[in-house]
Amino acid sequence: MRRGGAWLTFLLTGCNGYQNAMGGDGAEGANFIQLFSVFMVVCTIMYVIVAAALLFALWRRRSAALVVEDRKHHQTSALVRPALFAWTALIGAGLVALTIASFFTDRSNAAEGSKPQLILTVTANQWWWDVEYNLPDVSRTVRTANEIHLPVGIPAEVTLKSNDVIHSFWIPNLAGKQDLIPGRQTDAQLLPRKIGLYRGQCAEFCGTQHAQMALDVTVESKEDFLRWYAAQLKPAVAPANPQQHAGYRYFTTRECASCHNISGTPASGQVAPDLTHFASRRSLAAGALPMNRGNVYGWVADPQSLKPGSRMPTVGLKADELHSLVAYLETLK
Amino acid sequence: MTDRDLAPSFIEDVSALPTHAFSHRSLTWWGIMAFMVIEGSFFALAIAAYFFLMAQEQQWAPGPWQPPGLVAGTLFTLVMLLSEIPNSMIKKAAENYDVATARQLLPVMTAIGLLLLVIRGFEFNSLHVLWYESAYGSIIWALLFLHTTHIVTDWGDTVVLWRLMKTPHGKDPRRLVDTEENALYWRFVWLAWLPIYVLIYWVPRLFH
Amino acid sequence: MTPAERAKQPPADVARDGPKLTGAKLDKRLAATWSNPPGFLGWLSSVDHKDIGRRYIVTALAFLALAGTLAIVMRLQLSKPDNDLVGAARYNEIFTMHGTTMMFLFAVPVMQGMQIYLTPLMLGTRANAFPRLNAFSYWTYLAGGCLLWVAFLLNIGPDIGWFAYPPLSGPQYGVGKRTDIWAQMVTFTEVAALAAAVSLTATILKQRAPGMSLGRMPIFIWATLVTSLMVIFSMPSVALASGMLLSDRLVGTHFYNPAEQGDALLWQHLFWFFGHPEVYIIFLPATGFVSEIVATFSRRSIVHYPIVVMALVATGILAFGLWVHHMFATGLPRIGYSFYTAASMAVSIPTGLQIFCWIATLWEGRPRFQVPLLYVIGFIFTFVIGGLTGVIIAAVPLDLQLHDTYFIVAHFHYVLIGGAVFPLLGAITYWFPKATGRLMSEALGKTSFWMIFLGFQLAFFPMHIAGINGMPRRVYTYPAGMGLELPNLLSSLGSAVVAVAVLLFVLNLVMSARGGRAAPANPWGGASLEWATSSPPPKYNFLHIPIVNSLAPLWDAGEKMAVVHGLRIDDRELLLTTVVSAKADVREPSAEPSLWPFIATIALTVMFVCSIFSPWALAIGIVPVAIALLAWFWPKSPEPEREPVIS
Repeated sequence: MRRGGAWLTFLLTGCNGYQNAMGGDGAEGANFIQLFSVFMVVCTIMYVIVAAALLFALWRRRSAALVVEDRKHHQTSALVRPALFAWTALIGAGLVALTIASFFTDRSNAAEGSKPQLILTVTANQWWWDVEYNLPDVSRTVRTANEIHLPVGIPAEVTLKSNDVIHSFWIPNLAGKQDLIPGRQTDAQLLPRKIGLYRGQCAEFCGTQHAQMALDVTVESKEDFLRWYAAQLKPAVAPANPQQHAGYRYFTTRECASCHNISGTPASGQVAPDLTHFASRRSLAAGALPMNRGNVYGWVADPQSLKPGSRMPTVGLKADELHSLVAYLETLK
Repeated sequence: MTDRDLAPSFIEDVSALPTHAFSHRSLTWWGIMAFMVIEGSFFALAIAAYFFLMAQEQQWAPGPWQPPGLVAGTLFTLVMLLSEIPNSMIKKAAENYDVATARQLLPVMTAIGLLLLVIRGFEFNSLHVLWYESAYGSIIWALLFLHTTHIVTDWGDTVVLWRLMKTPHGKDPRRLVDTEENALYWRFVWLAWLPIYVLIYWVPRLFH
Repeated sequence: MTPAERAKQPPADVARDGPKLTGAKLDKRLAATWSNPPGFLGWLSSVDHKDIGRRYIVTALAFLALAGTLAIVMRLQLSKPDNDLVGAARYNEIFTMHGTTMMFLFAVPVMQGMQIYLTPLMLGTRANAFPRLNAFSYWTYLAGGCLLWVAFLLNIGPDIGWFAYPPLSGPQYGVGKRTDIWAQMVTFTEVAALAAAVSLTATILKQRAPGMSLGRMPIFIWATLVTSLMVIFSMPSVALASGMLLSDRLVGTHFYNPAEQGDALLWQHLFWFFGHPEVYIIFLPATGFVSEIVATFSRRSIVHYPIVVMALVATGILAFGLWVHHMFATGLPRIGYSFYTAASMAVSIPTGLQIFCWIATLWEGRPRFQVPLLYVIGFIFTFVIGGLTGVIIAAVPLDLQLHDTYFIVAHFHYVLIGGAVFPLLGAITYWFPKATGRLMSEALGKTSFWMIFLGFQLAFFPMHIAGINGMPRRVYTYPAGMGLELPNLLSSLGSAVVAVAVLLFVLNLVMSARGGRAAPANPWGGASLEWATSSPPPKYNFLHIPIVNSLAPLWDAGEKMAVVHGLRIDDRELLLTTVVSAKADVREPSAEPSLWPFIATIALTVMFVCSIFSPWALAIGIVPVAIALLAWFWPKSPEPEREPVIS
């Protein structure tokens, strides 16, 4: 039934494999495909019955119609009442079956998420994701932004918070969505089953740049995950040449440090994405742009033209400041 | 086939039917009923909002909290309940075409309405919380404010009716129907007050 | 004689309709009594339900055109990925205006407009209950719509979505007056809708023709009664919610502010408690249209009338128990969600029963494939898809993937356009000859039907796929390479087809109003009372108030039309009947034309608009409102005028 999504894929001309509710790459995602297929079968049958009945009603031969011209407009044939009961029973049975199927899927999702081994906290902001891995040993906390790495087959629980307005955390390949509501705490369970690169996106209108608030998700083997985690724990790479030094100096003494944090440097702003391992990410500006030199230049020089309304101001950097900042940022792997 | 093409067959003569009636036979009664349902829904939802906000809190009302003074609110409630006496007398007078009694009692209701508005002013003053201090403050001010708008509008209606009944219009039986319906609406106004009184003055005391 | 007895005596020398005063003579006297004063002031002061209904419908169609134009702009922007036709901020304003206009300024008003126009005609009475309240409701609706659109054109229109969730719409993140304008527009339209609903409810309960017991009312009237009651119970919720939002923004309350023990979810509960019944308020009148059209074009009464009526009532009641299905992603307890899943599924049962009855009626009858019936057929094929996707998203595990994606956009357009707009277009075609005395062009009608039906499928079916392919809602653009290019392009092409089809429909309306084929009183051979009077009806609707003794009065009438007589003709008077069995009960005067409803709206508009800027406007502005209301309600003359009898 899981790959019974193939029949739908035939409809989905050119579907993608990374931000797709038919991906089924996590436990909840796979349950979705199964349940959706059951619903589609039942609903299609009901539709065909209604359409067929309507077409037949319109095109049958009607020598004995019960119409006003024959003064029979208040009469009804004997078959109608039993047909009504049958139809009502069919709808009732169909709905009961679907409700039960839905209930069992709900239970399965709850069971699969009941014993998480990895805890994350995601805090949504306008328009970026603050991600923190929580371990009992606080000194081994990792903080990153706009990306999540998960070890395959290990259930994770994500605590969801918001610093400003309502957002929604949605990685369709893995699971359904959950809203992040200021003043409340919700949670999502993720149990990835397939290694791959996926994308999540905010799914609750949260203001001007709601459309550009995405999340890179990497599901990898446990070994790869631990390697990534260990790298994340290390403080930022120190600048190696004069240009990178100039960038480092600018970053830590001018505007950047008031918002951004780079561990191991004096820059410890908390209100913008953590940039300690910025260059290791697949995208920047919350999935708005792929990570490459040109985009880093463009973003640092003039974020407002790439993502108008975003909270990062266009500062008006001089050319050499720009070059040195980019050179420094590129070292932050 | 129009009603001109089909010759009319005159079956029933309605010329002897009255031009006014009381209670559910009156068209405006249904209008008043509908408005009471609308405003009742408003109140019911505001009360639901009160309980919703209460359920979100560890402590209701949130501290530091001074209980709303009981004097003004309880006095208000007593006067409202007592006002039902002249109110019922007006209602009965209207139904019995007793214009004279109605004319005597309407100014009494007007005076009571004015008294209630004054007491209501003291109530707002003795809540010991302002609407912008917390959600608790916001919701109890909202409940009190909503109810006050009802007192104001019914008081306005009563004043107009009082002046109207003193004119020759007072003899028109349709104005007596208006008087009866205004009395009915007043019952809604004090009935709606009772749960609000409990929510503002007693429920927070219960939970402290 | 006691005052009570005197009150009950009919004045002896007043002209009344009857065997001695009928036909052309009566027409002239009644026309004079029920006409409007001349000129522009007369037009402003009209309280004729036919005028008000027409105004509602024309105004609503104008808002449909405006919102539809915004939709075309949205589709142009989304026709390719990473498009820059419209920037983010502007796009957010556009989709907010599109949704807000469609829901508040088109869908509900057009249904109420049809109800206001048709109800007295179907019931066999001369006017609505509370005609001035009706007039006031139209002006207030117009004022609210103008407030919103003037603000949009002045670049201070709202940009927070038609549903305006705080904290985005709250004082901290919703800077400026945009959201206040939205919230106050809601107040206007909610007051208007409530006023119309009160009038309709009272009209249906008390002004039916003698003999039209509850069990003999046309199904459209039942639909109108149920929706009016739904308006009465649900609109206060959105009024309260938007009032609290305005209060948070203007005077610093904390209803929705989590930092001070408020709760953002309070808004969602209050809004959706209104929002879900709202969509049935739009849908149920459409099912009323369908029942009337199916009966007339099948040439027989609807099969199992009691089932259809029970289905309408059941849907109306159940609709109030579903609202949390809009909040499945907010993290409320899952046990509570199961109830809403079950209820959301159950609400499809009464609608399924109505569909059975319609198809059974077509089956038992002899269908005539004219334009109104084509729209009904298009409705069944389209709405059922939307209903079934509704069943899909009623399941929480499915909704958690599909919520806030283009799958939902597809779903609600299938149920709103398929389920409400198609029947509406059929209904307009059906009753146009009654209202104007001319038939719409059948050829042009068939063309626009096929274009809109097929264009709609092209525009909205691909959205199901876009949603599954990961496209969230309310996004001004999407990245390339996600497989969203083709569905979006198809949707944009389809929307162009729909736009042309709607233009053709409007063209048909305008051309036919001027030069369409003349229509007799009953061009389609319908059964209900509106077809018993001329096309267009005279100002007074019926020469004599009819007596009804069947569900299908015109089909069961003999050679003569049973009527009552004895109503005054030189003063506006109509007949009240008892609520259940409709026995003649009271003669009720009906309001004369008056400027006060219009003036009251002006005063109310000033008060509401100024209160966006200062709360003192409420205290000060209430005074002119009170004066207008006083003038409105102050009775005209203490003694009924005496007229000489015509021998």
